[in-house]
Amino acid sequence: MRPLNRKLLRDLWRLRAQVIAIALVMASGVGLMCMSLTSIEALGDTAEAYYERYRFADVFARVERAPEQLAERLRLLPGVEAVSTRVVKNAVLDVAGFEEPVIGQLVSLPDDPASALNQVALTRGRLPQAAGECVLAEPFATAHGLEPGMKLRAIMNSHWQELRVVGLGLSPEYVYTIGPGALMPDDLRYGVIWVGGKTLQAAWDLEGAFNDVSLALLRGASAEALLPQLDQLLARYGGVGAIARKDQLSNWFLMNEIEQLKSLASILPTIFLAVAAFLTHMVLSRLIAVERSEIGLLKAFGYTDRAIAWHYIKLVLGIGMVGIVLGCALGWWLGLVNTRLYAEFYRFPFLLYAPGPAPFVLASLASLGAGLIGALGSVRAAAALPPAEAMRPPAPPLFRRSGLPAAGLLRGLDQPSRILLRQIARWPVRSFATSLGIGMAVAVLVSAMMWMDAIDHITDVYFLQAQGQDVTVGFTDPRPRSAERELGRIDGVLGTEPLRMVPARLHAGAREKRQPLQGVPARQQLQHVFDASGHALEMPPGGLVISTMLAQLLGVKAGDLVEAEVLEGRRPRLQLPVAATFETYIGSPAYIDIDALNRLMLEQDSITAVQLRLDPDRRQAVFRRLKETPRIAFITLKDAAVHSFHDTLARTLLIYVSFFVVFACTLAFGVTYNAARIALSERGRELATLRVLGFTRAEISYILLGEVGLLGFAALPLGCFMGYLVARIMVGSFTTELFRIPLAIQASTYAVAMLIGLGATLASALLVRRRVDRLDLIAVLKTRE
Amino acid sequence: MDMQAPAASRTTRRARGLTKVYASGEVEVHALRGVDLELAHGELVVLLGPSGSGKSTLLNILGGLDTCSSGSVLFRDQPLGAMDERMLTAYRRRHVGFVFQFYNLIPSLTALENVALVTEIATNPMAPAEALALVGLAARLGHFPAQLSGGEQQRVAIARAIAKRPDILLCDEPTGALDSTTGVLVLEAIEHIHAELGTTTVLITHNAVIAGMADRVLVMADGRIQEERRPPRRIRARELSW
Repeated sequence: MRPLNRKLLRDLWRLRAQVIAIALVMASGVGLMCMSLTSIEALGDTAEAYYERYRFADVFARVERAPEQLAERLRLLPGVEAVSTRVVKNAVLDVAGFEEPVIGQLVSLPDDPASALNQVALTRGRLPQAAGECVLAEPFATAHGLEPGMKLRAIMNSHWQELRVVGLGLSPEYVYTIGPGALMPDDLRYGVIWVGGKTLQAAWDLEGAFNDVSLALLRGASAEALLPQLDQLLARYGGVGAIARKDQLSNWFLMNEIEQLKSLASILPTIFLAVAAFLTHMVLSRLIAVERSEIGLLKAFGYTDRAIAWHYIKLVLGIGMVGIVLGCALGWWLGLVNTRLYAEFYRFPFLLYAPGPAPFVLASLASLGAGLIGALGSVRAAAALPPAEAMRPPAPPLFRRSGLPAAGLLRGLDQPSRILLRQIARWPVRSFATSLGIGMAVAVLVSAMMWMDAIDHITDVYFLQAQGQDVTVGFTDPRPRSAERELGRIDGVLGTEPLRMVPARLHAGAREKRQPLQGVPARQQLQHVFDASGHALEMPPGGLVISTMLAQLLGVKAGDLVEAEVLEGRRPRLQLPVAATFETYIGSPAYIDIDALNRLMLEQDSITAVQLRLDPDRRQAVFRRLKETPRIAFITLKDAAVHSFHDTLARTLLIYVSFFVVFACTLAFGVTYNAARIALSERGRELATLRVLGFTRAEISYILLGEVGLLGFAALPLGCFMGYLVARIMVGSFTTELFRIPLAIQASTYAVAMLIGLGATLASALLVRRRVDRLDLIAVLKTRE
Repeated sequence: MDMQAPAASRTTRRARGLTKVYASGEVEVHALRGVDLELAHGELVVLLGPSGSGKSTLLNILGGLDTCSSGSVLFRDQPLGAMDERMLTAYRRRHVGFVFQFYNLIPSLTALENVALVTEIATNPMAPAEALALVGLAARLGHFPAQLSGGEQQRVAIARAIAKRPDILLCDEPTGALDSTTGVLVLEAIEHIHAELGTTTVLITHNAVIAGMADRVLVMADGRIQEERRPPRRIRARELSW
């Protein structure tokens, strides 16, 4: 081995603690990046394989009733490869041992399931062969402990009917399953049931007909081009507008998640790699300063500038390799953990986690790049050092009285404190960068923990403040107002409020958005139309009150006209003024006064859902009655919705937050440890002199670690501010049509982030403190620096 | 060798049978091989000897920076060898003034502050400005080390060493990094301090000329005191040259 390489290895070994500290920061960045990229790849690959293997359709449409013969005509549309028709209906279920109402989405299976679209991936048992047999969605069956051979009951078109479970399965259509009005999967209260034979057709008088159709397209065919033709064909059968795969609920959630992972893959790793670059710079600058005379000597021997530069670049590559190996291993494992966590919400029959080299190569290159950028300045300085100058010691640092802007502050301070402050003032950029580095750790924590605050905030505003109802009961079709009164008469119901939901497509100029109109009372008593700022809104007599997200999508503001193309009944096209806009975190709703809506629809007091407030002591009795009530499409319990939203998210977030606590500690540790070690290396002689002069270990530790401590304290507000900024960027990049994440960071989040940052700083400072105890007091007497 | 010991009542440090062995791997280096020494109050002793003769080791042990392998050093009847780290620190803090070859000033503190660094932790110090005036630097109080010449830096170091009124001043090659003219200025400062404060002073040098200013000269070689002599008259520092 060449002597220079030998020196390199020994340098790496000698600097091992610092090398590891930098490598850990790099590894965090690489790990996070690999985690996101491998998860993206795994989710993408799994979805793609799943979709293909089980023939997930490209276009979906719902109608009221269409004859089977229509399928033939649909098959002839340009670009269509296959058509599957079926009956899909919601029904109230009765599951033994579960008091609350359960809603099932009943899906009919075709006669030849092997050639159909949206096939069921059986995980147990078999497909139904006879009428009355069914396959349950596995998550739903698991939640209720249902197995093949067991039975459950469903109200099919007002009649209880028994279904015998013959198998469990999953489907590409229901990777992410949420019930009506729910925000998160709730496997106890909502499940998909595939029913065999003509059971559903018979129950809903749909023999020879269908109410749901899926289409697969030929390769290269455009769904967008097909949709208008399809809508035209289906309109007379009660079509409410076909959607392409990208808008299909389950797929939309899944793809959205992948998009969010992509932004995660860029924002946070950047922070870690930037800090790694800074640390590399710091350590290498110091090393080159220490090896000044050696560099001069090597050059005097005839080594070229390039050889010197390459020598130090190899050192950086060495550090980088440690970081990359650790980071890739970490990233592989985190990717697996992350993908498995996703699999709790996104249900696949199989999980393809076999990441290719791409994520690792990409993350490795990014971290090596960061290391090299950090090394650039000092390597260039080493290469440019003239040999004669290099062999002389560097000029002593020149301190000035004016070094500190507020020099007057020094008056009254003891000498150790002056040393400490002048040191900071002498290297302001380095000091600031150290603070910035520790601050980044706090920022990472704030931006991770803010998610908990966000879900708390959404839960509070969206559920607890805005929703005064306990249960929402939805009907299968529009009902007269008397249906509300009927429900109000149930013993245990304390109050009711009507809701009229009309499917519609809203147009404004060239823009359009499918968005149902929600008719609510002018002054709501139970479910309030609630602005994010905390105000309940009254409905103006004529006109829409729309969310700012919808206003943005349609490009309208208060006072503008919106055309609502109603997708049911007479299908009128209504010109509606936008009366007001309001801010909401979830969805892009459009509200209108219920009476005004009924007038516009030429209907008399029609409703589609009723909000109920219940007597807490009689909930079970009400549930029993509701289960017996016909023509109910869904029953949503607020408690359950809050629980599934808040607790499920909080549990998952807690796992991520704990990852980030570790990462942030690594960051704070890496920065503090290196800063303190470099300070010790630069000022070991000074500190040893002080020891000789009679200063105790504690006193000289104060000088060394006080500086780091002061920079650490300065880092706290800086970190909180940066955390706020990072949180803002993340909130911005996570904004979708469905969710806006509120930036509602609690004071306690800042406090916890600062405490953790401070703790990690303290721990690494203590590690360096041990080295202070081992200073060689005699060597300093005999050596010039 | 028969050492002429000062009267016991005036003794400030007493060393008996000092040895120091540095073990480095399989090699043992005997830095001191049995040194007996007594230092009297107020005397100025020059330790003369070539590199590796053991003079710095002896100085470090007397100053509480290092411990001996065998033998003992008594300070006010207390053996330094029995002191723990904390007690040795306190010993240096209260009783010992050090001057180093390379000054070892704190670059971020001015001359005055470098002296104040020590007076702040001493029990009965003189004012830092007074200490600097004693070494002829009354006009340079506000200068940082980088703004001072080598000789001036060393005089600041001397002021820093004596400002706490130590009862022993240990100078390790104080002129080693200086030219003759500047070196003489530094020696003058040491001489002046010695005359003014009567501090026991031990000065290490390998420059035989400097021995002329001593009350007593100890010549060291090979870890032993080979010779002790008392110059018939002390030569004034300003008369020295090399």
